[in-house]
Amino acid sequence: MSQLLDVSTIKRDFPIFERTINGQKLVYLDSAATSQKPLAVLDAERAFYVNHNAAAHRGAHKLAEEATEAFEGARAFTAKFLNSPKDEIIFTKSATEAINLVAYSLGNADAGSQFQISQDDEILVSEMEHHANLVPWQELAKRSGAKLKWFKVTDQGRLDLSDIDSKIGKRTRIIALTQQSNVLGTINDFSEISKRARSVGSLFLIDACQSAPHLKLDVTELGCDFLTFSGHKALGPTGIGVLWGRKELLDSMPPFLTGGSMIEMVTMESSTYLPAPRRFEPGVPNMAQAVGLAAGLRYLTEIGLEKIQDHELALTKVALEELKKIPELKIVGPEELTNRGGVISFELEGIHPHDLGQALDQYGIAVRTGHHCAWPLMRRFNSVATTRASFYLYNDLEDIDELVSGVKKAQKFFKGNK
Amino acid sequence: MELESLYQEVILDHYKRPKNKTLHPNPMVQVHHINTSCGDEITLNLSMKNGKITDLSWEGVGCSISQASASVMSELLHEKSRENALTLLGEFQEMLQSKGAIHGNEDRLQDGVAFAGVAKFPARVKCALLAWMAFKDAGSRIEDHNE
Repeated sequence: MSQLLDVSTIKRDFPIFERTINGQKLVYLDSAATSQKPLAVLDAERAFYVNHNAAAHRGAHKLAEEATEAFEGARAFTAKFLNSPKDEIIFTKSATEAINLVAYSLGNADAGSQFQISQDDEILVSEMEHHANLVPWQELAKRSGAKLKWFKVTDQGRLDLSDIDSKIGKRTRIIALTQQSNVLGTINDFSEISKRARSVGSLFLIDACQSAPHLKLDVTELGCDFLTFSGHKALGPTGIGVLWGRKELLDSMPPFLTGGSMIEMVTMESSTYLPAPRRFEPGVPNMAQAVGLAAGLRYLTEIGLEKIQDHELALTKVALEELKKIPELKIVGPEELTNRGGVISFELEGIHPHDLGQALDQYGIAVRTGHHCAWPLMRRFNSVATTRASFYLYNDLEDIDELVSGVKKAQKFFKGNK
Repeated sequence: MELESLYQEVILDHYKRPKNKTLHPNPMVQVHHINTSCGDEITLNLSMKNGKITDLSWEGVGCSISQASASVMSELLHEKSRENALTLLGEFQEMLQSKGAIHGNEDRLQDGVAFAGVAKFPARVKCALLAWMAFKDAGSRIEDHNE
């Protein structure tokens, strides 16, 4: 049996749990959308503005020096979090921007460059992707003439790799896949895919938005070239995302957004660009947000990602068992715990997810309802919308009880009105 | 805020037994509207003759609020003149966007006043307006056809 964390102590670090919702205790089961923030993150952001605020990488004054140190310190900690060298971490405003950065950079490559994508090439994604890891690739395919291919998803909610031979070949230029589905909770095993990517010389990007906040990741073991995640799902503030990339690739890729502080030299006619990471960080960066994110990652590290994953698995196990006891309820996604994270999507016969979500809100329970920005995946499961509960380190078994009894109460409410 | 104020019996009734929820053939126009934030969908068929609505039928998937609102609207607007229908649409919309200040005139909006409670749930206003916006769009297209 997996070990549970001491949630009552953890909750004290998250001020939002002091408030009530509709007069009830807040049961927050929407961390897959965005996580709540511990005081450490809020304090770190505030301390940056209060004590060190100035434009990083500019100016000869003391504050500018301190701001640079704080920002670069955040980079160093994020690098440690992923076990990468510091210069392989690029701060963006979001994971969405990070994925667009890679897609646009590849699309900007000169003819003949190693990154050029043309009409004979293929881009590979999956049916399981969040729109943020699908639409940028659709657009790159459209601009370059390359063909967009995708892995299908099995009825059990797993990546269907049975046709991997026809999906990954010598035309494959980039593979972009989510590590954990934001709808199904499925965790994808990339060992075979990364091996194939390497053997055909394809780039491999992992969307780790749903995994990095919950699993111990090590980019030296994942066999990928790029990895992205968003700060706000990992206890950090909004407005900060992370792109990790292999240095030798980043240094030779064309820039995406251009402007100040990413240049080496500028004349009226043309410019040359700095190496990574600054090559991809034009303008004054989101310094306070980066500092806040590092505080969030430090918080996660101090508790321990392995322990957090164990905790979430224990909650998921109970939640799956209890939810499955409701006859009208159907789980959408894997029902076994192997390679599974703390995200549970379900449908409830006779009650639309928005109506269920509304009723749960009345009881103080926050869940996500709708298509979860993964419309193709929803179509795959013939579903218009699901209700999704997602767990994090501040959830406990009481929250699961509240969810299950909330669903039952909602059933009674809607059935009572015949 | 109580659930009962949002989910009036009238609404749940229309949701379970929707009116005119079968697309009638050969409409003058057909429109398809989606609530992009949640995925609710409606297809609406509209025909008019001599400035009057002669047929209004629909098909859709979505929450009780969006589906019931389509049902109520299809009943209310049947055989209304274009001007009258647009005035009713305006009143319904005004009620929904009033944050609860306007309760609606039951003589005019009929079952539509059951949606007054939705106005207090800003996230659901779009659900209640989905069908009405589809109707507005369809109506303007018929205008383009000069009927």
